Amino acid sequence: MRSTSDRFPENAARALGDPTLRAALSRLQQDTRVGRPAILDRLPEFNAIRDAASDIRTHGLDHLDVHLEIFERNVQENGGHVHWCRTGDDACAAIHEICRARGAKLIVKGKSMVSEEIALNDYLLAQDLEVVETDLGEYILQLRGETPSHVVMPAIHLTQDGVSQTFRDHHDDLDAGRDLDEARNLTDEARDKLRGKFLAADIGITGANFLVAETGTAVIVTNEGNGDLTQTLPPVHIVLASIEKIIPTITDALSLIRVLARSATGQEITCYTTFATGPRRDGDLDGPEEFHVVLLDNGRADLLGGEFRDILRCIRCGACQSVCPVYGAIGGHAYGWVYGGPIGAVLTPAFIGLEGARDLPEASSLCGACADVCPVKIPIPDLLRRWRRRSHGQKLSPPRARWGLALWAWFASRPELYRPAARIAMAILHWAGGRQGRLHRLPFARGWTVSRDFPAPEGGTFMDQWRAK
Amino acid sequence: MTTARDDILNRIRRANGGIDRKNAPTSHPVPARALGDHAVLVGRFIDMAREAAAGISRVNHRSDIPMAISAFLAAENLAGEIRISPDPRLETLPWESAPDLSVSAGRARADDPVSVTPAFAGIAETGTLMVHSGPDTPNTLHFLPETHIALLSTEAIVGGYEDAWARLRARFERLPRSVTLITGPSRSSDIERKVQIGVHGPRRLHIVLIDGEEI
Amino acid sequence: MTPVSTHPASPTVGLFVTCLVDLFRPSVGFASVALLEAAGCRIVVPPAQTCCGQPAYNAGASETAAELARNVIVSFENCDYVVAPSGSCAAMIRLHYPRLFRDDPQMKFRADAVSRKCWELVSFLVDEMHFEGLLNDFDGDVTYHDGCSGLRELGIRDQPRDLMGKIAGLDLRELSAPDVCCGFGGAFCVKYPQISQAMADNKIDDITATGADTVLAGDLGCLMQIAGRLQRRGSPVRVRHIAEVLAGMTDHPAIGETKES
Repeated sequence: MRSTSDRFPENAARALGDPTLRAALSRLQQDTRVGRPAILDRLPEFNAIRDAASDIRTHGLDHLDVHLEIFERNVQENGGHVHWCRTGDDACAAIHEICRARGAKLIVKGKSMVSEEIALNDYLLAQDLEVVETDLGEYILQLRGETPSHVVMPAIHLTQDGVSQTFRDHHDDLDAGRDLDEARNLTDEARDKLRGKFLAADIGITGANFLVAETGTAVIVTNEGNGDLTQTLPPVHIVLASIEKIIPTITDALSLIRVLARSATGQEITCYTTFATGPRRDGDLDGPEEFHVVLLDNGRADLLGGEFRDILRCIRCGACQSVCPVYGAIGGHAYGWVYGGPIGAVLTPAFIGLEGARDLPEASSLCGACADVCPVKIPIPDLLRRWRRRSHGQKLSPPRARWGLALWAWFASRPELYRPAARIAMAILHWAGGRQGRLHRLPFARGWTVSRDFPAPEGGTFMDQWRAK
Repeated sequence: MTTARDDILNRIRRANGGIDRKNAPTSHPVPARALGDHAVLVGRFIDMAREAAAGISRVNHRSDIPMAISAFLAAENLAGEIRISPDPRLETLPWESAPDLSVSAGRARADDPVSVTPAFAGIAETGTLMVHSGPDTPNTLHFLPETHIALLSTEAIVGGYEDAWARLRARFERLPRSVTLITGPSRSSDIERKVQIGVHGPRRLHIVLIDGEEI
Repeated sequence: MTPVSTHPASPTVGLFVTCLVDLFRPSVGFASVALLEAAGCRIVVPPAQTCCGQPAYNAGASETAAELARNVIVSFENCDYVVAPSGSCAAMIRLHYPRLFRDDPQMKFRADAVSRKCWELVSFLVDEMHFEGLLNDFDGDVTYHDGCSGLRELGIRDQPRDLMGKIAGLDLRELSAPDVCCGFGGAFCVKYPQISQAMADNKIDDITATGADTVLAGDLGCLMQIAGRLQRRGSPVRVRHIAEVLAGMTDHPAIGETKES
C-alpha cells in the first residue's frame, strides 16, 4: 500500500475537519469506555491471564525458529503446503501461482491485515483475477476503494448513510425502491450479494490470528461466519500469515483467545473461533482439497533482532486504537499506512522507513492508555520514545524544535545563568499578561496560542522567593 | 542460493542468538467461572449461551429431539425442511414422530434452510459449543444454512475451553481437520457499531439440550 | 514485634519544585511546602535544580536528558526524599532516570537511589506520611483531572480524592472520563496543536458537564493546557493545582487570572 504517512499533519487536519468522522470516533471511544470495564469486571482473572498471554507471546518469539519448523512439519504431515516468503511481492507471487495452477478465476477473502500490508488485492486484480472481500466492513471498503481505518472495525469511519449510498452506487441490480435505511437491510444486502461468491469461488484466502506449531493449525477468530465459509467452501484454502503469528500450543491459543475478543470488541469470545488443520480428509464430504500456508516475513525477522522486538507480540486486537485519544481525534487513515493508532505509530516507521513516517511516533502525548489496555503488555510509549531517539539522532525533526530544545537544555544545565534568564523572561511575560493574567498571542509560541490562551506567570520565580524568605 | 526458508530462519536465529530465551509459561490461568460441579456448569452454560443470543430447548430423552425441533421451527415460523449430519446418532432418531419435518442427510447445500448437527461439547465459561469436521459431521452444516440447530447432551457440558479440548483429545487420536468454537449466531457491528445478528453464517443458533442421555 | 518506621520522624524532604511551578506558579511551591511541613517534614530546596529533563527525554534527546538528570541526582541525593508537585516529573525521576544510565554503572547506582526515594507530592503525603489534611475548608464544587503519568506510571488515583474528601465544603463532581489525556503531552501540544486542541475540547466538555466551578489536577502542564483552552473558549471555570486547595491557599487568583480579571 502506498503511504501518505509523510503528510500526517495534513491528513490529521483533514480528519479533524470531518464532523462525520469525529462523531463516529467519539461513539467508538464512548462505547469502549463503557464496554471495556463491563466485560472485564466479569472476568476477575483478566490480569493474570493477560500476564500469561504476554509470556506466551514472548516465549513464542524467543523460540520462533524452532516453532516455525515444527509448524511447517505438522502442516506438511497433515497434507498441507508451506510457502516461505521474504517480501510482500514474494507472497503475492506465491498466492498467484497457487491460483494459476488451479486455473482459478474467483477468490473470496476473509479479513487479513497482512494482505493490506502487501497490497494483495491490487496484485491479484492486476492478474485478471476477481477478488472479493467478504467481511462486511472490508466488503464495503473494497467497493469504495478505501482501506481499513481500524484493525478490527475496518469501516468504523463510515456512517450507515454512507454505506447505503455505496451499495446504491455499486450494486447495479439493486431495486431503486429497496429500503436501505436500516443497518439490518444493509447487512442483508451484503449477505445476499456475497452468498453466490462463496459458492462459486475457486480459492478462499484467510488470514490467521494464530498459527499453532504443535498441530500445524491456523486459527481464525471471527464473528460474521465469512471466514469459515471462505475456508470451507472453495476447493483451495490459502492462509496468509506473518511469521510472528506462531504460538507453541493449542493451550496457548486458548489463553490468548480469552484476552483477544475482550480487548478487541468487548465480547467474551467471538462467535466463531476455528482451528483449521490441513485439507479435507478421507471420507470428508466438504472442506478444501488443498491447504496452503503462506508465511510472510516482510522485515519481521529483522525487527526481532532490534529494539522494537516487543511489538511482535501484538495480536492485532485494536484495543490501543480504540482507547487512544489521538486516534480518537483523527482516526486511522490519518496515519497514512495500513496500521493506524499507537500500534501503527510503532509499526509504520519499521515498514516504510522512519523518514516517511517521522510524525507518527511524535504525534502522541505518551499518555500510556495504549500500554494500559494492551493484552500482551507491549510498552508502546517506550517504543515510541525509541523512534523519537532515532529521529533525533538522524536529525529528522524540524531544526527549530531541535534548537529550541538545545537552547533550553543549555540554560537548564547552567543554573547560574538559568536563574537570571528565567527571572527576566518571567517578568516580561507577567507584565505582558496584564490585568487579564493571560496572553492571546505570543511570539515563538503560536503552536500554543493558536487555540489556547497562555496563562501568564504569577510573577517572581519560586526559587527567588524561597531564597528571599 | 539460500532459499527464502533458510534465509528467514537464519535471520531469526541470529536475532534470537544473543538473548536469554524465556521458558514456556508455567501456568495458563483458568477463570473461576470455568469451574464448579456439573449442575452448576450446566446452568452457567445455558445462561451464557442465551446471553450470546442462542436459543435453548431441553428434552429428557433423545427420542424427544424431533418434536423439540419441530416445535422450535413452528415457533419461529420456519418450514420443516431440515438437513442433518450423516451421523448414525442423528439418522436413528425417531423422525417419524415429527411428521411435519422433512429430513435429509449430507453436507449442506446452497439453499438448505435448516441444519441439525451434533455438538461435540458445550463450554460453560462462555456458553460456547465445540463442533468439528469429519465424515459424519460435514463442516458446511455449521455455517451455511440460515438456521443451525445443535444437539448437545448435558453430559458433554464442561467448564472451560481446556476441558473441551481434553475431551477432544481423548476422543480422537488425530485432531479433526477443523474444530470450531461457536458462541451464538453470526453477527457484525461493522455498520455504526450496531450489532446485527445474522450475517454470512447462521441467523439463528438453537441448542437442543438432552438431559443426562447421549444424543 | 514493633513495626519499624520506614522513615525518620521528621524526614528531610528535598522539594523538586519543577520548572513550570518555579517559573509560572510559585504559589504551588509554597503550598507544597506548607503541606509537607504540616505533615512533619523538614524542607530543603536544593538551589541548583532546574528541569528534570523530561522534555529532552521525550524528544529522543537522551544524552541531554541524562545531563539534566545528573544535575537533579547530584542536587538531591543527600535528602531522605525527593518530592515534586507533579506526577509527570516524579515519574520521570522514579521510572526513567535509571534507564538513562544503563551504560554507566556508577551513575546508575546513584540514579536508582534517587529514584527509590522520589515521590509525587499528594501520594507522598497520603501513602508515606499518612497525612490527614489541614482541616481547612473550601467553598465550591470542584472536579479533578488525573494526569496521565501520575495515574498510569505512579498509580495515583485515590490519594488526591482521599485528601479532597477531608476538606469541608468541597464537593467533588467526578468527570465522566477523568483518566483521559487532556492533550498536553509536553511538546506534543505545540507540535500538533490541532490534535491537542481536539483532546482539550473533549476534556473541557467533560469539565463543563460536571457543573463544577473549579477544576483541579496535580500537574501544572495539564492545568495550563486546560486553563488556556477553557479561557480561550470564554469559560468562567477556575483552574488550580490541587496543592493550593489542600493547603487552603486559594485567596490568590487562579491560573491565567489576576485579581482584576
